[in-house]
Amino acid sequence: MRYVDEYRERAAAQRYARAIARRTTRPWAIMEVCGGQTHSIVKYGIDELLPKEITLLHGPGCPVCVTPVELIDKATQIAARPEVIFCSFGDMLRVPGTSGDLFSVKAQGGDVRIVYSPLDALQAARENPDKQVVFFAVGFETTAPANAMAVYQAHEQGVQNFSVLVSHVLVPPAIEALLNAPDNRTQGFLAAGHVCTVMGYEEYIPLAQKYGVPIVVTGFEPLDILQGILMCVRQLENGRAEVENQYARSVRRKGNVPAQALVTRVFCVVPRKWRGVGMIPQSGLGLRDEFAAHDAESRFGVAAYSVEEDSECMSGEVLRGVRKPQECPAFGGRCTPEHPLGATMVSNEGACAAYYRYRRFEQRVAAATKGD
Amino acid sequence: MCLAVPGKILNITGDDVLRSGTVSFGGINKMVSLAYVPEAKVGDYVIVHVGFAISIVDESEARQTFEYLRQMGELGELEQPS
Repeated sequence: MRYVDEYRERAAAQRYARAIARRTTRPWAIMEVCGGQTHSIVKYGIDELLPKEITLLHGPGCPVCVTPVELIDKATQIAARPEVIFCSFGDMLRVPGTSGDLFSVKAQGGDVRIVYSPLDALQAARENPDKQVVFFAVGFETTAPANAMAVYQAHEQGVQNFSVLVSHVLVPPAIEALLNAPDNRTQGFLAAGHVCTVMGYEEYIPLAQKYGVPIVVTGFEPLDILQGILMCVRQLENGRAEVENQYARSVRRKGNVPAQALVTRVFCVVPRKWRGVGMIPQSGLGLRDEFAAHDAESRFGVAAYSVEEDSECMSGEVLRGVRKPQECPAFGGRCTPEHPLGATMVSNEGACAAYYRYRRFEQRVAAATKGD
Repeated sequence: MCLAVPGKILNITGDDVLRSGTVSFGGINKMVSLAYVPEAKVGDYVIVHVGFAISIVDESEARQTFEYLRQMGELGELEQPS
C-alpha cells in the first residue's frame, strides 16, 4: 500500500539505526506517547535496533488503557439494560470492570455491538427508533472529531434515542503530569502523529520550553519512528529542546482546523480520571450543555457512580514509563490477554499486551536462564 | 485506537458535514466522511481514522523521510561508528 510499504523498508531502517548509533554518546530515555507507536516498536523490534544507551519508555497514549474502571462499570450497567443497544470500538469489550466486561454482558444477552465508526452507531439509532442506542465515546484528540460529528448530527437531525458515554482524554495535560511526577525518567518525547494531525503542534511548544524536553511529532511506521528517534537524539545531544515535526506528510502546524471547530462546538475541556494515573485537571473532554440531552451518564442515572481501582495491577507505573511490563509479577501468568488484570494487557496498543504477544519467548528464555 | 490508514479518494458526494466519498485502501473500498478535508479532491490520498479523513497526504513531505537519510549520507553521518 502506498505511504505504508515504503516506510517499512529494511535497508533504510538499518541506515537510520546506524545514524542513531553514531549520534548517541550518552544514555537517553525517550518516551513514545502513543500506543500505536508502542505496538510498532515491539512488533518490528525497533528498540532492538537501537544502541544500548537509548531506552524507549512506553507512554500513556492508549485510550483503552487509561479509561478508568468506573467508566467501564458505567458502560456494563448501561449495556445490560434491555432497552439499550450498546455500540463500541472492539477493543473496549474485554477491558475488565469491577464485575465483568462488555463481552460478558453480551454473553448474558445484552445487545452489545462492535462498530467501525461512531456514525455506524448513529445509523443504528435511526434504524431502531424504539431502542436507546449508546455509543462508548472513548479516545484521544484523534477520535474526538468523529465522535463530535456523531453527536452533532444526532442533535441537528433530532435523533433523540442516541447518546454517548464520553471518556475523552487529551495528550498535553498527560505529558505535563508525567513531567511533574517525582519519578519521571523521560528526557524526550515522540508525540503522537495522529493526535497532532487533528490538533497541530503549537500547544507542545510551551511544554518543550518549560520542561526543557525535545518533542518530535512522529508517525507510526518503522521508518517514521526511527527518524523521530534520530531527530530526538540529535536535539538531546545538542542540548536543544524544541518541537519538531517528523510526520509532516500528515501533520500541519495548526492541525485540522475544521475538525477542531466541531470538537470545540460539541465538547468542552473537563477534568478526567486516568486509569493507573489518577485525576488530571483539564485533561479530557465532556459534552457542552447544548448537547447534554445526548449524555448517556445523565440519561441512565450513572453519573454519580464511583469506584476505587484494583491495586494488584501495576499498569499505572507501566503507563508512566516507570516500570516495564515484564517487571510485573503477574505478567504472563495471572495476567494474559485472555484474562487481563488491567487494561494495558487488553488493548493491542497496551504495552503489556504488545510484550506478551511479541516478546514472550525470549522472556521465558531469560527467566529460565536466570533460574539456572 | 489512534490507528489511521492512508487511502486514495475515488469519488466524492454530498456537502458540508455530509461530504463523503469512496476511499480505496490498497484495493479495499470504504465510504469515508470527507467533512473535515473540504479541499480534498478525487485522486488525493487521505489519512482515515474511524471512517473520517483527518488529513490530506502531502506528497513532497512524504519524500522527506528518504531525503533526510540522503542529506545525512552527504554529511558523512552514516558510516559505522569507529
